[in-house]
Order: sequence, then C-alpha cells, then structure tokens
Amino acid sequence: MIEIKMPRLSDTMEEGAIASWHKHPGDRVEIGDVLVEIETDKATMDYEAYEAGTLSEILVTEGATVTIGTPIALLDNGESESPAAKTPAASAGTAAPAPAAAVPADAPKPVTTSVAETAPPVAATIPAHVPLDRLREPAHSGGDGRFASPLVRRLAREHNLDLTRVKGSGPGGRIIRADLNGLLAEAPAAALHRSAPRAPVSTGPIVDEKRASQEMTISKVRRVIARRLSESSRTIPHFYVTSVADAHVLMQMRADLNEQADAKGLAKVSVNDLIIRATALALREHPDVNSSYVSDESNVTLVHNRINIGVAVASKHGLVVPVIFDADLKTVNELGVEAKALAELANGKGLSLEQMSGGTFTVSNLGMFGVEEFTAIINPPEGAILAVGATTLEPTVWGDVVVPRYRVRFTLSADHRIIDGALAAQFLRTLTGLIEHPWRIVAVED
Amino acid sequence: MTIKTYRQALHDTLRSEMLRDEDVFLMGEEIGVFEGSYKITAGLLAEFGDKRVRDTPIAEEGFTGAAIGAAMLGLRPVVEIMTINFSLLALDQIVNHAAKIYGMFGGQAKVPLVIRTPGGGGQQLGATHSQNIELYYAFVPGMKVVAPSTPADAKALLLAAIRDDDPVLFLENLALYNTKGDVPDHDTPAEIGRAKITREGHDLTLIGYSRMAYIASNVADALAESEGLDIEVIDLMSLRPLDRETLITSVKKTHAAVVLEDDWLTYGIGAEIAATISDGAFDYLDAPVRRVAMAEVPMPYSKVLESAAFPTNDDVINAIFQTLEAVGRRLKKVGQSHD
Repeated sequence: MIEIKMPRLSDTMEEGAIASWHKHPGDRVEIGDVLVEIETDKATMDYEAYEAGTLSEILVTEGATVTIGTPIALLDNGESESPAAKTPAASAGTAAPAPAAAVPADAPKPVTTSVAETAPPVAATIPAHVPLDRLREPAHSGGDGRFASPLVRRLAREHNLDLTRVKGSGPGGRIIRADLNGLLAEAPAAALHRSAPRAPVSTGPIVDEKRASQEMTISKVRRVIARRLSESSRTIPHFYVTSVADAHVLMQMRADLNEQADAKGLAKVSVNDLIIRATALALREHPDVNSSYVSDESNVTLVHNRINIGVAVASKHGLVVPVIFDADLKTVNELGVEAKALAELANGKGLSLEQMSGGTFTVSNLGMFGVEEFTAIINPPEGAILAVGATTLEPTVWGDVVVPRYRVRFTLSADHRIIDGALAAQFLRTLTGLIEHPWRIVAVED
Repeated sequence: MTIKTYRQALHDTLRSEMLRDEDVFLMGEEIGVFEGSYKITAGLLAEFGDKRVRDTPIAEEGFTGAAIGAAMLGLRPVVEIMTINFSLLALDQIVNHAAKIYGMFGGQAKVPLVIRTPGGGGQQLGATHSQNIELYYAFVPGMKVVAPSTPADAKALLLAAIRDDDPVLFLENLALYNTKGDVPDHDTPAEIGRAKITREGHDLTLIGYSRMAYIASNVADALAESEGLDIEVIDLMSLRPLDRETLITSVKKTHAAVVLEDDWLTYGIGAEIAATISDGAFDYLDAPVRRVAMAEVPMPYSKVLESAAFPTNDDVINAIFQTLEAVGRRLKKVGQSHD
C-alpha cells in the first residue's frame, strides 16, 4: 500500500486543494495517469501517478485544502502491509540512512565534472527524514518543474513567469532557457544579449490561446542586425548632436531641378539625394568624421580618404545598408539613380556583399515617415551615422516676423573614442551651411 | 607583421630587449654554448658575450637565488629553467623569496625577475618531466604568471614580463614552440592580467591558456565549420592576476562555459575559473560549468597511455556537446578516437 501525499508543485506552495479526482476507489492506476487535479496558489495542475496499482481509498475529498505532505489517497500496489506500519518514506524502501553513494574512482578520462549530472542520487541512499519529492530527480526528460537553471530562475523572477507550468527538458528534467521560449515573447537572440533587467515581456498567464504571444522564427538578416547593433550599442560610446537647417531654398531649388529633369526625361531628385551629396561634401571638409576606431589594442585609427556613404534601407527583409561608393564624386542625379537602384536590389534580396560593405559613413532617413528627429546606432566599423528627419513647414522667426519655412532636423551619432563634440558640431555646421546654400551642393567642381 | 614561430618570437624578443636595456641578462642551464635545450637563446652568447648570457651549473635553487639577488640590486635577469618540472628545485627561492621580498620588506627592493620555462608533455619524457605545474606559482600572491599561446602573444607578454617590476613566471609550452603566426614588428607590451577574447561567439564560452588556448581556437573553428556553432574563445594569457571580469562578462552573454587545462582537474585552475563564474555570473548560467583536464595519474611513459592521459580535441568537443545539450541544443556525438 502506498500513501499518496499532497505534492509540492511550486516553490511558494504551502498547501493545496483537491479540485477533482480523476481516479476513484477501485480504479486501476498506471504510472503517468492523472490521479487528481490540484489547485495551488498559482494554478490548477494535474498530478500524475508515480507508481502503478489500484486506488483503494481517497483520504481528502474534492474542495478540501491540506498542507503539503498530508496523505490524500491510498494506492494498493499489491503489498498488503498497512500504511501505518511503514515509515513516511515508505515508497523509498528502507528508512535507515544508507551510506553515501560510492564516488566513482578517478576515471581514466576525467573529462567532465558534473558527477551529479550523470549519476543522480538514488532513492535508496536518501535518509528517511528528507522529504523525498525534494530530492528525486526524474530520470525522464519531461521534468516536473522543480529544478531550474540559475538563468531560468532569474528570468522567471524578472518576467514573473510561473515555472510550474513549464516542462523541463534539461538533464534530470531541469528547466533550461530553451524551455522558456514559449513564455518569453521576446526573440531569444535579443534576450540573450541583454544583461540589464528590463520591463517584463510576459503578458501574464495565458488564458486565451488566440491572445497568447507567438513564436516567430528569426531570419538570418534579423540575426545579423541584432548581433551587429547590440555590439555597436554595447561597445561604442555613442553621443548625439542635433542641428536644424532652413531648407526653404533647398526645396525651391529641388522643385526647379525636377521641373528641368521632367522636361529632359531624367529621374527626379529627392531631398535625400541632396542630403547625401551635402553629407559627402561635409565629410570631405571634416575627414576625421569619416574615420574608424580600429581596436583597443591598436595604436592607430583609420581616416578614410574615400567617402563611401551607406544608405539605410528599410527593405522587405529588414534593415540593410547598401553603400554608394565615392559619393562625393557623384552628381545629385547620379546619386539619386544609384540610391534607387540599390533600394530595389535590397527589396529583391539582390544586393551583393560588396554592395553592403566598405561604407565609411551612414545616412539614415526616416523623413518619409514624417519623423521629426531621431537618433541612430552607429554601423561599425564606421565612426558616425546621420539620422535625418522630415523636411516640414514650421513657424520660423524670419527677421522680426514668424513665417512658415521648410526646416529639416538631423542628428549625428558619433563614436566618442575618435570624434569629439566640437568636431561633430563643426561637421553639422558645415552640413547646415550646405543645406541652407543648396547651390553649393549641386555645383559641379573640378 | 612578420610570420614567425613561437620559438623565433621568443628569441627575437629576448635579443631586442637585451639591445634595448643593458640591465637585461640571461641565466640558465646550457643556454650559452649549447644555445638552450629548445634553442630559444641561439646565437645570443656569441652576440652579447658571457657577461650577459650566463651558463649555470645544474643547480636551479642556486641560480634562481642569484638572479633574485641581481634583480634586487637593479638588474633585470631572465632565467631559463629548462622545463617547469625543474622549477620545483627552486620552489623555495621563487615562493619564499622572489614573491615575498617586495611586500615583506616594505617595498625596499623590487624583484624584476623573469623565469622562462616550458610546460608540456606528450614527448614521452615520463612522469617527472611532463608536468604542468604553473598552478603552484599562480597560487602565490606576489607572483605574476603569464602563459602565451601564440607567437604574437609570446612577444607581447615577454616584453611586458621583462619590463615588469615584479617576478614573473613566463610559461612556454613544448608543443607550441614550432607553431607559427603573425608577429607585429612594433614593440608593444601586453597588459599583464588581461585575458583576450580570441573568437567572439554566443553559444558557449570556451576558456583555456597556453596549449589549451591553441586547442580551443582550433576546436571552435572546426565546430563553426562542421556544426555551425558560434563559440566564444577566451585565452587567459595571465593566470595571476586573473582577468575575472572578461570571464564573467562573456558567460553573462553565452550562459555556459567549458574550461580547458593541461594539468590535473582536482584543485586546478579550471576549478578557480568555475568558482569565478559561479560567483560573478551565477544567475546567468543555464548549465553547470564543465572542465576538461588531464587524467589524474602521473604521466605514463608509454606513448599510448600518454596520449590517452592528455585531453584531446575529441574530449573538448564532447564536453562542449554535453554542455550545449544541457542547454537544449541537439547535436550529434563524436566518437572518442585516440591513436
């Protein structure tokens, strides 16, 4: 006869209520059959039989609450002995404390160390006074949630996860990080890269499957973005400088240019084309912004003579940054045609590796979405990135009056290891000057 | 950059430091006329004369003690102990004198001494000549212990060791002497006490030093190729001071670690690293830290047994796979293949 006791189903559980009995006196019970549903402080859970036999008596009726360890039923496994005659650890066999399991002698190849991992304690060696259910490590891989890796416990704390609902797939049924994928709504790669505590991503216990978080496979592109940007954000000391330029003349000029372009059947010029060219010219004037930090071990930084501007493109497949090489040597029309061709290639996944590497500076423009201003993360190994907002009509003080003028805001994110605030400010002043005197942008030089 | 062997990098660095600073001189058994058991000092007696390249009697305690005295008086001796096994004869001089004089006498004398010595095995030299006992020195406050695994690091760490004002045990390795690599032409010393991430990755942190750092890089590269694994490799470079920060930061990222060592497992350097990770990254571990080490036997002479006692690439791969499986990766097992 085996006594079935109220199990501990969560770390905080002290007592449990019988929600409903699935087996009744006289029923045959196999290992793994659900015996009873138990309501804990967290959830209602199925409790399965660890031993086979016939349910002979129910000791706690449905609705009643008892503390952990209280016998709730008797299971007849063929041994006629009365339960009262047995020790509390009846199911473990002898109650006498057995000597510790012999530690394996030095193996000829002592490759690994986790003795407990490969040889879990066996029931016979456990002294009777230790509650059995705290020590038993199920040999099967579908664990009961009692063991969790330190990482899992931390994540559970931070995200308020209920580990009693998680099946452990690690050694001995340990709950490992991989078992939380369904509970953590966030992409695993991103979660692994974070170290600081953050707002809980769990949306709480799942009550309605339709409203549950969904697992989405991470694409290769997304993984590369995640890795590169976390590394950039983690290792590069970013600082941000924002300027605003009056773009009124630039807008008029663009209208004129496009009128001519239309007449000649040429492609239209966008504000972004003008800004890319202006950026290239400003970089030529401030070559130290067009530079790369090499490494902490290096004695040198790289100042680039070529001005290769990466253009951030929100393609269908994710963020890509194709590069316009020697942007300072190309006309606004050429830049426009090339930028458009690269964006089309990006959407078709047709960009070659060469077209996506070799950049010395990046321009990211969210103006087309009406964004006023934003900051961007540097695209390593570049030293800086320009985030360009929308060109919009704003009330502007012009002389003594307030008039509507086109204005554009842009923010330079710079690597402070090689670029100082004053240099960033000088660069932005040059860029502002070019935008406010836009004929200098399109003037063809020798 | 010039491609050199580890041996050549050591030789060239000794020579350039002797040219740079006339206080630098060499002592050791058979380093002059015989040009060193492993030829690190080849040609130096002819170039610098016997005042700066001293052949000594076979008496480690004596010449190590003499070097400590010379260092206290301002010279910069670089002692070669033929293999680390023989350093046991000088243990008292190193542990009780070199390591303690600066602190015990209130900083009145520094001991800018370098003891160069190779560890290793695998050459059928028997139990007494095949040990890796750098741990004995890494255990002692007052000592610095560095262990390069590449020709470039051999140069940078030897520069740092010679220019350091504390006694430094400079661990070489018999199996690395003929390995080749790019060596910078400029003389930039390494920072003693700084580990190096030689390969960035996210799946697991693989930690080693000396020969095991070399094996770690090879295994990580091979598994990247064959299994697509993304393993981060850390070369400790310095055993004391130990760069705990780099280890902890890495494990916080990867959530799992395997430590490799060529010495015995029990009470070893791997144990110190595992404890460091447990202290600093406990809440980030998804699996227990595993160690790979030598069999706990005096090194056998028989080639077959010697190979079996040493940790192999397969042992490393198995430990990596076990650890990755414990965090839910499903991988195929490689067989044990010792030849």
